[in-house]
Amino acid sequence: MSTKDFVLAVEGLTVSFDGFKAVNDLSFYVDEGEIRVIIGPNGAGKTTVLDLICGKTKATSGSIKFRGKELTKMTEHAIVHSGVGRKFQNPSIYEDLTVFENLEISFPRGRSVAGALFFRRDAEVVQAVEEVAETIFLQDQLHTTAGLLSHGQKQWLEIGMLLIQKPDLLMLDEPVAGMSVAERKRTAELLNCITKGRSVIVIEHDMQFVEDIAHRVTVMHQGKTLSEGSMERVKSDPKVVEVYLGH
Amino acid sequence: MSRQSLKTLFPASDITYWIILGLLLGVVLPLTLDIFRLNLVGKYLTYAFVAVGLVLCWGYGGILSLGQGVFFGLGGYCMAMFLKLESSDPESTKIQSTPGIPDFMDWNQLTELPWFWEPFYSFPFTLIAIIAVPTIFAYIIAVAMFKRRVGGVYFAIITQAIASILTILIIGQQGYTGGVNGITDLRTLMGWDIRSDSAKYILYYVNFFFLMSCLLVAQFVRKSKLGRLLVAMRGREDRVRFSGYDVSSFKIFVFCLGAAFSAVGGAMFTLQVGFMSPSFVGIVPSIEMVIFCAVGGRLSIFGAVYGTLLVNWAKTTFSESFPELWLFAMGALFIGVVMAFPSGLAGVYKKYVEPWLISVAGHARNFLSKPGNAIPSVGPLSKQEGVSP
Amino acid sequence: MFSDYTSAELLSIFAMQGFAGLILFSVFVLMALGLAIIFGQMGVINMAHGEFMILGAYVTYLISNLFATYLPSLFGIYFFVAMIVSFIAAGALGALVEWSFIRFLYQRPLDTLLATWGLSLILQQIYRSVFGAREVGVTLPDWLMGSVPLSETIEIPINGLFVMGLTLVIAGGVYFLMFKSRWGCQVRAVVQNRPMAAAVGINTAKIDRITFALGCGIAGIAGSAFTMIGSTGPTAGQLYIVDTFLVVVFGGAASLLGTIASAFTISQAQSTMEFFLSGSMAKVLTLLTVVGILMIRPQGLFAMKVRK
Repeated sequence: MSTKDFVLAVEGLTVSFDGFKAVNDLSFYVDEGEIRVIIGPNGAGKTTVLDLICGKTKATSGSIKFRGKELTKMTEHAIVHSGVGRKFQNPSIYEDLTVFENLEISFPRGRSVAGALFFRRDAEVVQAVEEVAETIFLQDQLHTTAGLLSHGQKQWLEIGMLLIQKPDLLMLDEPVAGMSVAERKRTAELLNCITKGRSVIVIEHDMQFVEDIAHRVTVMHQGKTLSEGSMERVKSDPKVVEVYLGH
Repeated sequence: MSRQSLKTLFPASDITYWIILGLLLGVVLPLTLDIFRLNLVGKYLTYAFVAVGLVLCWGYGGILSLGQGVFFGLGGYCMAMFLKLESSDPESTKIQSTPGIPDFMDWNQLTELPWFWEPFYSFPFTLIAIIAVPTIFAYIIAVAMFKRRVGGVYFAIITQAIASILTILIIGQQGYTGGVNGITDLRTLMGWDIRSDSAKYILYYVNFFFLMSCLLVAQFVRKSKLGRLLVAMRGREDRVRFSGYDVSSFKIFVFCLGAAFSAVGGAMFTLQVGFMSPSFVGIVPSIEMVIFCAVGGRLSIFGAVYGTLLVNWAKTTFSESFPELWLFAMGALFIGVVMAFPSGLAGVYKKYVEPWLISVAGHARNFLSKPGNAIPSVGPLSKQEGVSP
Repeated sequence: MFSDYTSAELLSIFAMQGFAGLILFSVFVLMALGLAIIFGQMGVINMAHGEFMILGAYVTYLISNLFATYLPSLFGIYFFVAMIVSFIAAGALGALVEWSFIRFLYQRPLDTLLATWGLSLILQQIYRSVFGAREVGVTLPDWLMGSVPLSETIEIPINGLFVMGLTLVIAGGVYFLMFKSRWGCQVRAVVQNRPMAAAVGINTAKIDRITFALGCGIAGIAGSAFTMIGSTGPTAGQLYIVDTFLVVVFGGAASLLGTIASAFTISQAQSTMEFFLSGSMAKVLTLLTVVGILMIRPQGLFAMKVRK
């Protein structure tokens, strides 16, 4: 099967920090429209994989092809333009700007110097921002400074910032971490809604959550793939049970 | 541009500040000060160009440049070279061993004009060079640094090194540059005597015009999405990349803009004061310019102008009467601005003066709206939109 | 320009310039070590570092006068006394400065830069008021003057040898302190993860103060050494501050070994070039090269690759 059929094809990916291989000859493939969840113990290299895909860390060797484009050679912003969006583990928003401004900056227009200088906040922008704000339950906080939001709200804002970019590949790093039960439920609804029809990679620890949304699961351990397949298959794999899930 | 976006870019409050500053500098000061002191104010205002540029670079963008003197000086030297060549025509310099070249070149036994001086016979070229040379230089530095993600402290130290290098170079090559004394004895600009009182008035207003224009440009930049991006980058540079922006190109832009502003200031300095020397290029003057910006409140473009005027006025007053005390005061100012009042004059204004003004205006309205008085009743004035942080 | 000399002469020139460079190198290392501890380990930019050095120089001057007036017979050893007192004086001033304002600014490097610049202005003015604006010269004890002939054409000044020896001792001491002692371990812990270090019971405030004071104290000793190669004035500290920062940054601020290597490279380059070009051009070229290299490799010579 050629890599062109997959939306994301990771092959032989390795990254080494002064000899320590955080990701070691990793390969996996994501189909168009698939929701792939990556699980595994801490230190397995999960976040590093996302870092590598979105360009935050440079790979030592291997290839990452997004719809045939080689991402390892591209800059972070070029990767974003190709349609890859990432949500970080700790809410990563612009604390000094308002919710509206946070979303506006993420709107995919006016990304060059001239574009930003002459960017006009026209009806299209305002409408897009308001729509997304409603989806992420922040329509009443549009003019609140983002730094003042609660932890859960900040996570939603970041999801919103991702949403407004309209990415083709969505990458979420522990989207419900640090949330209360009520917030988790709302977030799960939110994610169910925005992941429809998109290709998604999620890192999560909450097994219930994983079961709810995953199409396929990849289990990582020490920088490599330990097991891969549907949730049932992976849950009963003895290697996975030993390393991560327990009985 | 639509009315709506004009209102966002130039909200009523900022227009008011601009007008007040314009009235102060354009009407009040010229009417109340003699030409000598007005010329001094003109000199201070040339430093304000640098301070306004630093508000964008440092206040908004988080890029601390300790070498703005480089661009101020380059702009100033370009203007000085033109003026010097004009006053070094063969007729006036006929007592030199080599007539037709500037006096300091003659003293250094040069026998012909160095090649890079030649183009400065032309005024149009000089005008272009004043902006182009420092901006291109800034561009080179910025590309080399920001594309490699060098920022913060490292960048500041390297700008210091560059200021140092340029100063040493200028002083060392005195045959070509006038050395430590700089380029002096500048008299006429295309035949017009710039040392006369009337010339000083005109030059003051030219300077004033350019400064007010720079403020408009700075306002446009800071209120645009680019301004918001700068704030975002200052807090979370990485995140801005993942929103799809090439961070380095924005930093390069704002750094070059700051350089261009400083260059205009430098050229106006040369015109108003009549010379340019390496004492405005190096580390010490560059750091002082940062202080002007900091005292004003590093996020306020109007504050930068007031800050510059205040610090320089204090410097002139104190260093005449209490020179020893002045350096202590300067040192304390640096520490104070960092520890005690990081928002500078603008912060003080926002916290104490503005609320008071608003409440006074509110009382006035309420008084006037009482039965039998002029205006219909309104509630207390709410905070106006778009007030600068 | 090379053709004007015979090869034997060239060799001697390079050797002598090399030794002149070694003295410069030693002063760079002493200043850079103090700064590397403060900047590299603590992330604090101390723009007043030159002024701490000059404090050491002035203290040396005072002590030399003291000995000359009251203890002329012991004049030969005054220098050792001076070094110790310089260390203590500069260290004490450093501790005071850290307590008064540096400790509020640890998370704000650009702000410490400005604040310490203000401090340097204040210190310069104090020196000017106390010692006068003119430069003061320090008389060296007899045994430090003169030079040792290595060969017919090569002579090495004794004060240079002394300074180099001193540098070795101090560099060794610092290395030992930072990497082999318990205290050094604590410093590095605080730098790498302050909350955790505090959580395991390390008094982070005290560690910060001592570290800063140590960095300043070493600058004080550098100042003592400095009296041998330059004259001491209120603004002399400014002369070397940019160079010192470049040395630290060039060497990769986190690495003491890198600092030493970088000090060596820069000082040698400068002193060798000084012989063939005018003083100012040598300095310009050296600085330009350093800045150029930093633009290509911003992390300096000896930086490690870490996961961010």
